[in-house]
Amino acid sequence: MRSADILPMRRAAPDFAGQFSAALLSPDAPAPDLVTSPRGKRAEKRYNVYRNNVTVSLIAALASIFPAVERITGPDFFRAMARFHVRETPPASPLLFEYGRDFADFIDRYEYAQDMPWLSDVARIERAWLDAYHAADAPALRTEALAAIPPEKLDGVTFQPHPATRVISSAHPAVTIFAMNRSTGPVGRVDDHPEDGLITRIDDEVTVRLLPSGGAAFFNALLSGECLAAAVTAGLDAHPAFDLSAAIGEMIASGAFSAIELEISNV
Amino acid sequence: MANVDRATNLPMETESTLRFPTYQVTGLAGTSFKPEHLAAIAAVSGPQGFFEVHAENYMGAGGPPHRALERVRRDHPISLHGVCMSLGGPQPLDREHLQRFKNLVDRYEPALVSEHLAWSTHVDTYLNDLLPLPYTGATLTHVCDHIDQMQNAIGRPILLENPSTYVLFSESSMSETDFIREISKRTGCGLLLDINNVFVSATNHGFSALEYLRDFPLAKVGEIHLAGHAEQEDDEGELLLIDSHDGPVADAVWQLYETVVARCGPIPTLIEWDSKIPDWPVLRAEALAAQAILDRHAREASHALG
Repeated sequence: MRSADILPMRRAAPDFAGQFSAALLSPDAPAPDLVTSPRGKRAEKRYNVYRNNVTVSLIAALASIFPAVERITGPDFFRAMARFHVRETPPASPLLFEYGRDFADFIDRYEYAQDMPWLSDVARIERAWLDAYHAADAPALRTEALAAIPPEKLDGVTFQPHPATRVISSAHPAVTIFAMNRSTGPVGRVDDHPEDGLITRIDDEVTVRLLPSGGAAFFNALLSGECLAAAVTAGLDAHPAFDLSAAIGEMIASGAFSAIELEISNV
Repeated sequence: MANVDRATNLPMETESTLRFPTYQVTGLAGTSFKPEHLAAIAAVSGPQGFFEVHAENYMGAGGPPHRALERVRRDHPISLHGVCMSLGGPQPLDREHLQRFKNLVDRYEPALVSEHLAWSTHVDTYLNDLLPLPYTGATLTHVCDHIDQMQNAIGRPILLENPSTYVLFSESSMSETDFIREISKRTGCGLLLDINNVFVSATNHGFSALEYLRDFPLAKVGEIHLAGHAEQEDDEGELLLIDSHDGPVADAVWQLYETVVARCGPIPTLIEWDSKIPDWPVLRAEALAAQAILDRHAREASHALG
């Protein structure tokens, strides 16, 4: 709800906030007339403290959410790119760990990032990483739970996703580039090829795994609530070399799911 | 039974099953809690004062932030310090944010709960700074309404923190101390006296910090903040202090603190340090310096009584 919908019913609202905030994200606007200094003189530099706090802290927020993007571009490039984004799309929520959801799409459009076509997918993985970090707590599915399902019922089982689980598919090697730039080690050359990443949280540790061929289709089917048989078909349709036993191993090791549900059960 | 065919049905440790001990915070010095210090804090036996957290950092649904805060809360009193309720703004409070704040209060049972005399959201943009407001009859009414609303939502009084400011408003018709006293009187809220903020604003606006403290309703103070500041210049080339929280507490602020503790007794005192964060022993040493002052005045007070 926007404030204008509700304020007329209350006492007349003071309008200082509108005037004060208008120039905060506009570097060329003068300080608003309502502010002053103790001797009643100009307060441009004083007002600029606020302008600086807002812009610099939001750029820093993006840098902390997207450290691999910052390492790839270098801090100066990142700061300039982030400044454009902060002014175009400031946060709507006071929870800064929710910020940056539009940053990857912005990078896709950003003129100076066009020669790094994988950069936005690295940003998508980093945004998913932070979502996984803050996602609700849930147990990870154990091997025994899967083993306890009667073989004739396996085709029909569905899986309850862990709240942290995300799949990001890239036409570029975004998972490898992400992993190299999230570590402090040296960064090597990577041949261009598509990659899919599985982002999960297990034992309170966020992990990003490279999915094998067909894995993204398989996991996406399960995450959208399809049964195991349908997910296997999706994996095979996506890639004939899809390996079910490897994919199930990955399901357990990654903690991507919390529980198994039998399709019909009157227990 | 809804969950009986779930393969994993181990009971989770949840908000409702987790209960924390009640710890006294009176007379203690504490520090901002930084997750990177957790291992060092846990490695020392015995409690390390109290810890203050920014409420918003723990408003995610789950994950490592909550494990860290549970770990700290198990052995310490905590102070829940809100940074973006936007109490000082003219628009209605964000109801979802209020609910999230209440959930944190219920879950962690903090010894202290505080927010700022400032605003940070305008319409639907969150500006991520503690922005100033004019002190008028109209803004006083709005701030009091917002504090009433917050206190009703969380079911307990808050401590309201005095701001550090860099500009003044020509429309202001009340002094900051009168404004704050009136808020406390109307809403019943307590006060969080940030002595570095007093020193920063006094320097920036050319008033006496001691006079400000004389005018301040000290009897309502439930917590004190101490922090470091940085120096810049204003439009006339005069000294302009920035409330940067990135270094040790200045000597002048320690002196003001002594005078406040001498008058008010051992009020829980927090060392705020939010950027260029030092190793745990450095931050803890700053808190121990405050603790020494609190202890000395507590001893003197008990001698006087004896």
